[in-house]
Amino acid sequence: MVKFEIHDLNAWFGSHPALKQVSMEIQTNEILSIIGPANSGKTTFLRTLNRLNDLNANFKMKGAVELEREDIKRIDVEILRCKIGMVFALPLPLPLSIFENVAYGIRMHGERNKKRLEEKVEEALQQAYLWEEVKGRLNESAFTLSGGQQQRLCIARTLAVGPEVILFDEPCSGLDPISTAKVEETMIELKERYTIILVTNNVKQAARVGDRTALFLNGELIEIDKTDKIFTAPQDIRTDGYIRGKFG
Amino acid sequence: MRNPYRTQKIAFFFLFFATLLIVVPVGLIIVVIIQKGLPAINWHFLSDIPKQGMRAGGIFPAIVGTLYLVTGAILFALPIGLLAAIYLSEYSKDNFLTRMIKLAIVNLAGVPSVVYGLFGLALFVVFFKFGASILSGSLTLGIMILPIIITASREALESVPQSFREVSLSLGASEWQTIRHIVLPNAIPGILTGTILGLGRAAGETAPILFTVAAFYLPRLPKSIFDQAMALPYHLYVISTQVPNVDEKIRYGTALVLLAIVLFMNLVAIIIRYKFRKRKKW
Repeated sequence: MVKFEIHDLNAWFGSHPALKQVSMEIQTNEILSIIGPANSGKTTFLRTLNRLNDLNANFKMKGAVELEREDIKRIDVEILRCKIGMVFALPLPLPLSIFENVAYGIRMHGERNKKRLEEKVEEALQQAYLWEEVKGRLNESAFTLSGGQQQRLCIARTLAVGPEVILFDEPCSGLDPISTAKVEETMIELKERYTIILVTNNVKQAARVGDRTALFLNGELIEIDKTDKIFTAPQDIRTDGYIRGKFG
Repeated sequence: MRNPYRTQKIAFFFLFFATLLIVVPVGLIIVVIIQKGLPAINWHFLSDIPKQGMRAGGIFPAIVGTLYLVTGAILFALPIGLLAAIYLSEYSKDNFLTRMIKLAIVNLAGVPSVVYGLFGLALFVVFFKFGASILSGSLTLGIMILPIIITASREALESVPQSFREVSLSLGASEWQTIRHIVLPNAIPGILTGTILGLGRAAGETAPILFTVAAFYLPRLPKSIFDQAMALPYHLYVISTQVPNVDEKIRYGTALVLLAIVLFMNLVAIIIRYKFRKRKKW
């Protein structure tokens, strides 16, 4: 099943082109890794999907992005962002308690019942494999957690809203290898229920977790294919060069 | 031959001397006023009305008048200033109108206080027919401190990291929910600090209340917001220059009370800011 269909997507920040003629399909329940050097448009692409780029007054886009055959511009932006969750590059807990961080999204969508809130928070923390570590200290500030725990808290916070798609924007760039492994494990588990799009600077990470991998270069989509194919028999010479570390 | 070490010593001496020059007047003012004013301070002075043509008795009506004026000014300026600041920092697009508004606020801050007084006289006292009253004075003071409140509030709002807004929006919260639940709570200490500094300014100014509210001599408390009232800064001016033979003790005592009120407000602002910085975690 196709989750996203993207046709001829072009994007600019002011007069600077960030994405050029990008077209692709993203399948339901797959992990799509997006790799590419800095400034290749990966993050811009990701933030186009949940319309977070719209916050930037200079941002312009052309082309179509369809979520289950519906143009995302026609979907109410709050509903769109419920369906498409996002985990940012740095762990960004809100200045609230651990519990309130996870409950925030649900509360904003009108949930008042304390019991249901507690259930949903626990469920989300379980799914992010953080519950055991924090169940005794839910009322402490989220800033008391370690970096890796904070990032899993951010994942739990995203899951609590009940998304269909989760966008990961270099989620491990600030984490140590052990925390990275835990986050990757979480992503693979989550694939059962969610569609995952992972932007990463780490080519090996893409190889480890991605079902398919896409390479961006200077705002263009160079190649998208099954991950083992990209890594063993890429069609484009630039893909070969990038994954071998010849540039980027 | 030049000795770089000695040059540095001389330079440091002048830097230190300039810094000292700032502290000395502040210290002297406080010392002199306390020294000369403290003997006048007693319960009677604080709670009684002025007597014998203000040459004896207390300054209670002036204290009350100043508190009324400051309260009125803040009731008017805080909501308007805060709402304007939220609009400017969170919603406004960078266009001609916004730039004009920001320019207007900067200019408003530069208007001399006596001009505010005349403006208040023309608009509130005469045009709106509020007369010389607490209402007119409060509104005039409110307009005067609007720029302080708007500027402080905008800075407080803008110092909340953009990433918090992005996180909140990415979870499907609306822009207003984001402002209400994430941006505002984290900006409140800064807003409060600015507000209290504005209060201190309003409490100390003489010119804006000169034509709009201040009574020369009114030995009773105001009964409504349409009454005139005495106020500390104006009272101090009157007993210092308009009434002959007022005991020095009374003049400095009045100054001390005014100074104490303003310094107390600033102190509260400093404490709030300090507590907030300690709690801040990003």
